Parts: sequence; C-alpha cells; structure tokens
Amino acid sequence: MKKRLLAAAAMLAAATALVACSPGGGGGASTASGSGASNCTNTISKKNLPVVTMWGWYPNMQLVVDNFNKQNNEVQVCWTNVGQGSDEYDKFQTAISAGTGAPDVIMIEMDRIPTFQIQNALVDIKKYGFDAVKADYSEGAWKDVSVGDAVYGVPVDGGPMAMIYRKDIFEKYDITPPKTWAEYEQAAQKMKDAGGPPFGDFAANVSALTMALQIQKGAAPFTYDPAQQGSIGVKLNDQASKEVLDYWGRLAKNGLVGTQDQFTPEYISGVINGKYATYISAAWAPGYLTGAGVGKGEDTGKFAVAPLPQWDPGNPVQVNWGGSAFSVTSQAKNPELAAKVAYGLYADEESLTHGWTNQVIFPLNLKAINDPEFVNLKVAFFDGQQANKEVYVPAANAYKGVTYSPFGQYYFDAMTKQVSALIEGSVTGAQAADRLQADVANYAKEQGFTVQ
Amino acid sequence: MIKKSAPRTQVRTQKIRGKVRLREHVMGWLFVGPFGIVFLAFLIAPLAYALYLSLFQKKLIGGTSFVFLDNYVKAFTDPSFLSGAWFVIRFSLVSIPLQIIVALAMALILDAITSRFVRFSRLMIFLPYAIPTVIGAVMWGFLYSKSFGPLTDIFGLFGATAPDFLSSNLIFYGLVNVVTWQWAGYYMIILYAALQGIDPTLYEAARMDGAGAWQVALRIKIPLIASALLLILVFSLIGTLQFFNEPQILRSLAAGTIGPDFTPNMYAYQQAFSLANFNYGSAISFALGGIVFVGVYAFLFFTRKRRSFL
Repeated sequence: MKKRLLAAAAMLAAATALVACSPGGGGGASTASGSGASNCTNTISKKNLPVVTMWGWYPNMQLVVDNFNKQNNEVQVCWTNVGQGSDEYDKFQTAISAGTGAPDVIMIEMDRIPTFQIQNALVDIKKYGFDAVKADYSEGAWKDVSVGDAVYGVPVDGGPMAMIYRKDIFEKYDITPPKTWAEYEQAAQKMKDAGGPPFGDFAANVSALTMALQIQKGAAPFTYDPAQQGSIGVKLNDQASKEVLDYWGRLAKNGLVGTQDQFTPEYISGVINGKYATYISAAWAPGYLTGAGVGKGEDTGKFAVAPLPQWDPGNPVQVNWGGSAFSVTSQAKNPELAAKVAYGLYADEESLTHGWTNQVIFPLNLKAINDPEFVNLKVAFFDGQQANKEVYVPAANAYKGVTYSPFGQYYFDAMTKQVSALIEGSVTGAQAADRLQADVANYAKEQGFTVQ
Repeated sequence: MIKKSAPRTQVRTQKIRGKVRLREHVMGWLFVGPFGIVFLAFLIAPLAYALYLSLFQKKLIGGTSFVFLDNYVKAFTDPSFLSGAWFVIRFSLVSIPLQIIVALAMALILDAITSRFVRFSRLMIFLPYAIPTVIGAVMWGFLYSKSFGPLTDIFGLFGATAPDFLSSNLIFYGLVNVVTWQWAGYYMIILYAALQGIDPTLYEAARMDGAGAWQVALRIKIPLIASALLLILVFSLIGTLQFFNEPQILRSLAAGTIGPDFTPNMYAYQQAFSLANFNYGSAISFALGGIVFVGVYAFLFFTRKRRSFL
C-alpha cells in the first residue's frame, strides 16, 4: 500500500509538473530581451548617450530606429522585435506580472491600451511634451490612445476602413461598387444567382472588424473612464449590434459570403484566386496583402478600392480597424526620456515617407496625411488608383475615435465564440449579441467592475 | 566480567557501523545532491509557488486577495474548464485505444516477419515521432486545407465534397488522426523492443504444442508484453489529458472552431498569459493535475496485478 501511495505521489508530481511547465513557453524570452540594453537588434553608434529600450514589429522598424538614432543627440533607442500582436502582448503581460523585464517603450495596438493601463503598466505622457505634438494628430487618433483624460500612447498608424474589390469580377458580373449595405447584399445575391464567387467573407476570428462594423451602425460597446472608480458600461446587445450580426449571419446563411477565418493561408489564397469579390478591410490591407503575395502574379492590377458601404448614405460614418501606437511603460527607468522616444520615433519625414511609400503603414501623423505627395499617390496595388485621395484620407479625417475596454482580449475571444456559433447556425445574430453581453458583463463583474 | 564486556564490544562495533553508515549517508547525499538541487529549484519550487498563487484571486479592480480554495470551486463549476476537461477525457477514450491497437498491430507484424524491409518499415513508422509536434500540426493543418490539401481532389474524383476536418463537427477526428499519426510509431517501438525481449524458445514450445501464429500472438506475446502495454497506456493518458500543442497550433488556422478554452491546458495558458490571471491559471493547472492523478491512479489500481514497472 505504501509503495503504491509513493508511486501515486510520484505520478502526481510528474503530472502536475508537466501541467505546470507547458504554459511556460510564453514568458521566458521577455526578460532576456527586454530589460537590458545589451541585446539590441540595431547597432547604437553614439555609445555615450543614455539608452531607451523598445519593442516593436513594424516591418521597417530597423530603418525607423536608425533614423531616430542618427538625428537624436540626447537619447538612443535599443530595439527588439519580440513578436507581432498577441505574441508581444503575452510577453509584456508576463513582464508586468513579474514586475520586471518590460521595455521602456512598447508598440501596441490602440485597442489594447486600456487593458495594460488598468494594470498600471503604462505611463500618462501628457506631462512630457504632449502640447508640442498635439496638433500633429487628429482628435479621433488621440481619443484612441487615451483612457479618460490621460494619454497613454503616441499614434503611429491607423486603419481607416474601406471596401477592396476585384475589378475583373465586378465587371464580369456587371456590378458597380455598392454604396450601402443594402446594395452590398443585393449585389451579392446578383453575383450568386449568376454563379459567381462569394461576395465577401464573414470570419469568426476578426472580432475587431466585427466590432468596427457594429460601431459604424451606431453601437458604442463600452463606456469607460478610470476616474469613475471601477464602473464600466457594457452594451454589446443594443439594436445596432444585433442588426449587424443578423445582417452578416444572413449573408453567410444564404451562401452570399464565405466564412473562412482571415489571416490564414486558406483565406489569402482565396483572395489571390478571386474566390472573394470584396474584402472589407482597413488601409493597411494593401500592404499586408502585397506582403502575403497578393497582386503580384495573375491578379496584378485587378484590385480597386471604394469607400466602405454605409447604413445611412445621408449620414455616413467612418470606422477604423487596427492601428498602433508607442506607449511608455511604467517600468521605464526614465519616463521623460522614454516619452521623448515615443513622441519622436516614426515621426520624422524620412521614416514616414518610407512607411507609406512601401505601404507598411497608413500614417496618422498629419504632416504625412496632408503631404500632397501622399494624398495624390497612385497606388500600384490598386492599378494606379489614387486610393488615399479618393478613399482612405477622407475616411481617416472623418473618424471620431472609440472607447475601448480594459479587457479587450476577453471581449474579442468571447465575440469569436459567438460569431462562430452564428456561422454554424446554432444561434441568430440577436441571440449571439445577447449571449455576448451576458458573457462579457459577467466577466466584468467577476473582475470587480460595477457594470452599467 | 564477561557479562560486563559483552555490551562494550557491542557498543564499539555499533559505533564503527554507525560511522560507516554515516559516511555512506554523506556519500549518498553527495551523489543525489546535484539532481536534488535542480529537482527542488526547477520542479518543486515552481510547483509550490503555483500552488501558492492558486490560493489568491487578482481582480482588475480591487487587487489581490487570499481566497483559499475559491479558485478551485470556481474551476469545477466553470463551464469552460469542465467542457475542456470533458473533451480531453472523451479524446483519451477514443484516441488512446486507437493508438495502442495500431501500435500493437504494427509491432506484432514487424516482430513476426523477417525480411529486410522490417528495418526500413520500422524507421518509417517511427519517423512521425521524430518530427516536432508543432511542425506536424502545421503540416496536417495544410493537409486538411480545402485549397491546399489533397482531400478536395481525392473526394472530387468521386464527385463528393471533402470533409472539413477543421470544422467544429470534425475537428475531434482531425485531431485524433494527428495524434495517432504522431505517437503510434513511438509506442510501436516500445512494444517492439518488449517483443524482442521474449525468449524465442517459448514460441518453439508453443509450436510443439500445436499453437498457430495467431495463438502465439494472443496467448504468448501479448500477455508477456502486458507491462509495456500498461506503460504506454499511462504515458498516453497523461499526455492526452494535457493536450495542448496540436490544438494551439491549429488555432491559428481555425480560431472559430478551436476556442481558447478548448482543452484545460489551453485555458490555463489563456488565463495566465493573455488575461493576466496567473492565479486562476495556476488553479486550473492544479485542478487538471488532480484529474490526471485520479485518472492515472484509478487506472493503476484496477490493473495492479499486472503492474511491474512502478
């Protein structure tokens, strides 16, 4: 008996050890790359200056950092790429929990700012020279990086939304770009009746897109201000949210749009092969698609872009998907110096121009947006169409900003679950919205919020 | 006098023995030391810390508080954890017997025939195990793909639509296939090695008694490798209950189908690293550890007569 118990105890130890060790993979690298300035990806030539560490994943980050270091005689940037999006956030999260290992400045998507802000992981940079650059960005951009009255990031790139479409497919089925969502559905039906491909895609894994489309119809998912001690408004099942889910659920059910997860090889190959007539997406999409191999082979010059369809053409609403900022972390040894980096990095003309000419970013810096060269650019991906002038710049200028929640990851995961059920057909759009509301409100309560 | 001296010599020999034993003790500890330190630092200490963490609750508003076993109460009433646990249990019930039957059949075949293809086949069957799980999962993700995979073409030949193994209806079988592909070869090698260890004279004796190939396999070979079978059963049970890598990788291809709470281990990962809730993540890990312990212990208890490896 004793021997058996011993064996059992050993088994438990082994079992829990394995359980405990498998999730460990995410954290390890952060401390090594984050805290010290010893392993920068870039080379710092001005060795005697103080160094600010930063994480970021812009494709042209190396050039941006070199430009900054060359022009600056006060501080140097030590940059590391620790992964894109959630890979980086998981590492940052681990560093926050550990209390050490975070960089001084970090690139994060704007919808994540409240998530880190509520953990006191970010520094309000309003007192470090905000007034000097205030005029460089639109009000919508500033709203996206603010929580309450405080500013937790410097906007870099945005994602004003539009409808990318295949000219060849539209011509073949005699369709003009729809201006409203009602027209979008009619055009989709027309294309299906003529035996054409799906008109678009409704994916479960792009919650930020679904949220933007709901906001376009008038939804305001969250009201949140840290000044109001622990109180948050969660409204995920209002009429607008329900109608948008019902709309896309209906399109998917009728076979008018595909339901393929986006950002997957499957989806990209579909876009390349003309499997989708439209791609509802943001201004970074052409760059992303080009990088993924779209518009280079047979489908060269077949794409065009039109403004995002509207619910009410008399009262158009522009929305945003994605976009990121530089934030100063509360682990920064010298927040003032770090803020200088956050304000100055990717704000010089050379970097911005390189960014937009190579379609790496859609700049939010007004110096770039108002640059005639940028506005009049004939975008190669769109076969020479002046996409910025016709579509993206007006969309960016009309964007009002959004209040994001301090538990964005949970909200997006919960949304994915419901949209997945909606696509399967086990719930209606309205039911999905109700369940999402219950789920997220419950989580908010569990986390100690008063939900309104 | 004699009466008096006897105990004294006894004491002396005891003292000498004690010294020798002490020296042996010290030597023993010195040998165990390096392992012991690593064991304590990298296994016991993290476990203890995770256990400690699991007794607290951290809220976004209100901070951290000691809640004793509340996290465990929550875990065992949390639909996400329970459905994940139920999934891995069902998955074990289907995939483990399948893997073992496949492995056993292959081992018996390779053991029974003698030809130069045996070595080659053995290597080929074992090969999937040598491929890292992550790469294996990515590869299967592409094989299941509607536009890249062969399924569409194969089914197209018969005018049928290919099943989508990444859809929520079929993901279970898709994963059973990946796991069986990866592990059956490994288990086959263990069983094959055990089969090679059997004394061949037993087969001769059996044949003299009139036993055929089937009877040799069923009556002699399988009973004699029962302990190896049990070993791989326990390994696969522990491994499957902690299912993580394959679904986590396939998630990037099918996020709608595979949620972050798909298996308990994935749920623990999400809680700890995405939602900053290390406390609840630790509690889930320990709750899963408890389930694994109960499962394995029950299994060992019911098969205790045949056990020889623990």
